[in-house]
Amino acid sequence: MSRPAHGRPEYHKINKDLFVLTYGALVAQLCKDYEKDEDVNKYLDKMGYGIGTRLVEDFLARSCVGRCHSYSEITDIIAQVAFKMYLGITPSVTCNNSSRNEFSLILDKNPLVEFVEELPAGRSSLCYCNLLCGIIRGALEMVHLAADVTFLQDRLKGDSVTEIGITFLKKLDEKKYRRKK
Amino acid sequence: MAVVMLFQFLHAEMVAELGARDTDPGPGGQKRSLSVLEGTGFRAGQALGDRLPRDTPAFREELDVLKFCKDLWVAVFQKQMDGLCTNHQGTYVLQDNSVPLLIPTALGLQYLEDAPKFLAFTCGLLRGTLRTLGFQSLVTSSVATLPACKFQVVVRKSG
Repeated sequence: MSRPAHGRPEYHKINKDLFVLTYGALVAQLCKDYEKDEDVNKYLDKMGYGIGTRLVEDFLARSCVGRCHSYSEITDIIAQVAFKMYLGITPSVTCNNSSRNEFSLILDKNPLVEFVEELPAGRSSLCYCNLLCGIIRGALEMVHLAADVTFLQDRLKGDSVTEIGITFLKKLDEKKYRRKK
Repeated sequence: MAVVMLFQFLHAEMVAELGARDTDPGPGGQKRSLSVLEGTGFRAGQALGDRLPRDTPAFREELDVLKFCKDLWVAVFQKQMDGLCTNHQGTYVLQDNSVPLLIPTALGLQYLEDAPKFLAFTCGLLRGTLRTLGFQSLVTSSVATLPACKFQVVVRKSG
């Protein structure tokens, strides 16, 4: 991938704006297509999943992360490496249970909603950023980890923070994917 | 920065999903899909136009529009466009020999008929950005050989 054009710092901003504004236009289009919030949410998650399955390769190529040994490590990498790399933010991570398979990412800043003040009228159940949940889910599945990923809290809905919950489920059967030696 | 990849992935997913919406395989279905993609691009372009640095004076001359197109291309695609010409009567042709948004598609004539789907969003984006800056325009694309493509922008100053 070529380096950004020299100098003009605003180009960097344009790239980020382009993604954020394209996403906004997509959500607007889906709201036109689907009356029910749940349907828009599902569609965003589905698209995110598709993106995640391909994004993970790009991520692994750029980040050179080593093998992880716990769900906790993986969640840390999602927050501190992946989010940082693609969105320029670092959500904080909390572990929600003693079995250590349920985690939360707390987003203090969220670039996706930079230009969104509030949810559109009549769309109070819209998970505006649901693409992110799908991306995480799709990416994890590509590395043989099944997980449920949903928004637990959302500032756009009036909550005090935006929180993404990741629940790691049973590890996908590795034997199926292990390459023959 | 890697956010560029996010845009590319999102765009590819939009083409795959929104571009395949219509089950009608005939030209009517494809037209609707293209229209949806173009419309999404238009909306994004309008908003993007608001975000662009406005340190340049208002477009009075054609050269301003040319320069704007060039700058926008670099800002959006992180590369110079390979050719830009005008007939000096409001029509501009932007040529790019390897538009990044097309690169995910395989090279080869068999994918040529799918090419419009990959360009529709960008056509809308151009049209939307120009609209915010006061120009009504019609933007169309054509592909002779992937990955090279041309965008034709016919500009009319509005109001």
